[in-house]
Amino acid sequence: MPETGILAGLREHAGRVAIYGLLMFFAIYFLAPFFVMLITSVKTMEEIRVGHLIALPHDWTFEPWRKAWGYATIGVTNAGIKGYFLNSLRMVIPAVAISTLIGAANGYVLSKWRFRGSDTFFAMLLLGCFIPFQVVLLPMARTLGILGLAESIFGLVLVHVVYGLAFTTLFFRNFYVAIPDELVNAARIDGAGFFRIFWKIMLPVSKPIFMVTIIWQTTQIWNDFLFGVAFSTGSTQPITVALNNLVNTSSAVKEYNVDMAAAIIAAMPTLLVYFVAGKYFVRGLTAGAVKG
Amino acid sequence: MHRPSRFMTYLETALPKAVVAPSMAAMVVFIYGFIIWTAWISMSKSTFLPTYDWAGLIQYVKLFNNERWWVACRNLLVFGGLFISFCIVFGLFLAILLDQRIRLEGALRTIYLYPLALSFVVTGTAWKWILNPGLGIERLVREMGFAEFTFDWLVNSEMSIYCVVIAGVWQSTGFVMALFLAGLRGIDDAIIKAAQVDGASLPRIYWKIIIPSLRPVFFSAVIILTHIAIKSFDLVVVLTRGGPGYASDLPATFMYAFAFTRGRLGLGAASAMMMFFMVMAIIVPYLYSELRRKRHA
Repeated sequence: MPETGILAGLREHAGRVAIYGLLMFFAIYFLAPFFVMLITSVKTMEEIRVGHLIALPHDWTFEPWRKAWGYATIGVTNAGIKGYFLNSLRMVIPAVAISTLIGAANGYVLSKWRFRGSDTFFAMLLLGCFIPFQVVLLPMARTLGILGLAESIFGLVLVHVVYGLAFTTLFFRNFYVAIPDELVNAARIDGAGFFRIFWKIMLPVSKPIFMVTIIWQTTQIWNDFLFGVAFSTGSTQPITVALNNLVNTSSAVKEYNVDMAAAIIAAMPTLLVYFVAGKYFVRGLTAGAVKG
Repeated sequence: MHRPSRFMTYLETALPKAVVAPSMAAMVVFIYGFIIWTAWISMSKSTFLPTYDWAGLIQYVKLFNNERWWVACRNLLVFGGLFISFCIVFGLFLAILLDQRIRLEGALRTIYLYPLALSFVVTGTAWKWILNPGLGIERLVREMGFAEFTFDWLVNSEMSIYCVVIAGVWQSTGFVMALFLAGLRGIDDAIIKAAQVDGASLPRIYWKIIIPSLRPVFFSAVIILTHIAIKSFDLVVVLTRGGPGYASDLPATFMYAFAFTRGRLGLGAASAMMMFFMVMAIIVPYLYSELRRKRHA
């Protein structure tokens, strides 16, 4: 009957509108805090005091950004967030490179060169992915002190490599398990050895898993706060710790615009990674969490 | 002829072990050794400096008599319960909406997931500004004409833990959505088509067929979110600093305060061990069931 056809069509149309409306509502909800940060960061403090959260700025100013980067007071220095940003870079790059390479080698062995005890090792490592890091903080602080690495960036690199290994190994192992053993066995019969097989068979297909691992590790280490706050002070702190110090200083007048500019600067590298390589980011997220 | 080949077989078996040996050593020392070390500190009289004379369970007795610890645990229940529930409800809802052959799905997904790329410190900074009484949401709503509106949760010791929930849910909902979306995409369309032919309405199909079949995803999501909740630290530090007073403390901030700022290593170590036990109580059965399922599959 035509009437019910039209009615059904109308109802379906209304349903579609409702779905898109809800999806838009959630999009706004997720974007709003970042939008608020962005507009606050380009307002003057006077405008912030008289205006409200979502009012667009009348007089755009980039002074808060300049101050956050170059001369805001953090701790006892007035040099802005710049130095801490560089600290984080100097921490993230070696820590990601080392933990990824070791993870690739481990994953290769645990999937293609298993030996007695390798499964136990893997299970123990898996469990290590989940421990709350509070349970290693005190011994680690003591060990870094004994090694003379306390409050150094190198010490933080070491910590991130050690506790990132479990994840990187897990990623590579789960990826390499899916590569057929026959390929490896055939290469062995042809006389290829351990390194040659890795180089000629595994590495050429490993690009996605390298991407996933590098992105995962970069995000984790850049965003880490716990290790940074526990194992560094003053000029060796990573950016997350510096940002917290900036935001939570009780002295003087609160400069929200500078806080917001600093927060956006701190978020920029990981956001960039996310927007450039989002596909791998999401894959790592679900792989790291679900496959556990 | 025999010698080189025997040497080669030796190399073949030794080389893989040599490659993983350093990681294995690191794991044994830095994970398992350190856990035992922490356990040891927790059973000593350590205060400012670690001492290793045996004190039995004194630190645990002190911990259980510490009111602040119970506030932290109660907050963990409140925060964890709400954080997990909201993330799951919103995450599932969003995943179902996105699974309706939506144009722009890619763009929307990118928007829903970007908070995950942010550090909790950044998220905390943003929400600290939005929720601040005076210039934040309170001012906004007052300007909209509700002059009496007050919103002081951030500085209200009864309510500050709920601010942590708000920011935490904002950050982690997208992740749960991604999990559910992957689950939904794995469901066979034929089942849905068959139900539609039988005259079942769409909401009914979701409620009776699709959502129950996502049970493993629910399971994973709850485990992962519980794990995040127990480890939550940065968000509280930035947003409320555990305050007012210690009203929004969580076990992780309690541990840090006692072990690192108040110089009570023994008590801090005992609280760290309690966190460890909480996580293990959830993770060990989960990993066990996951591994068993994989073996059967």
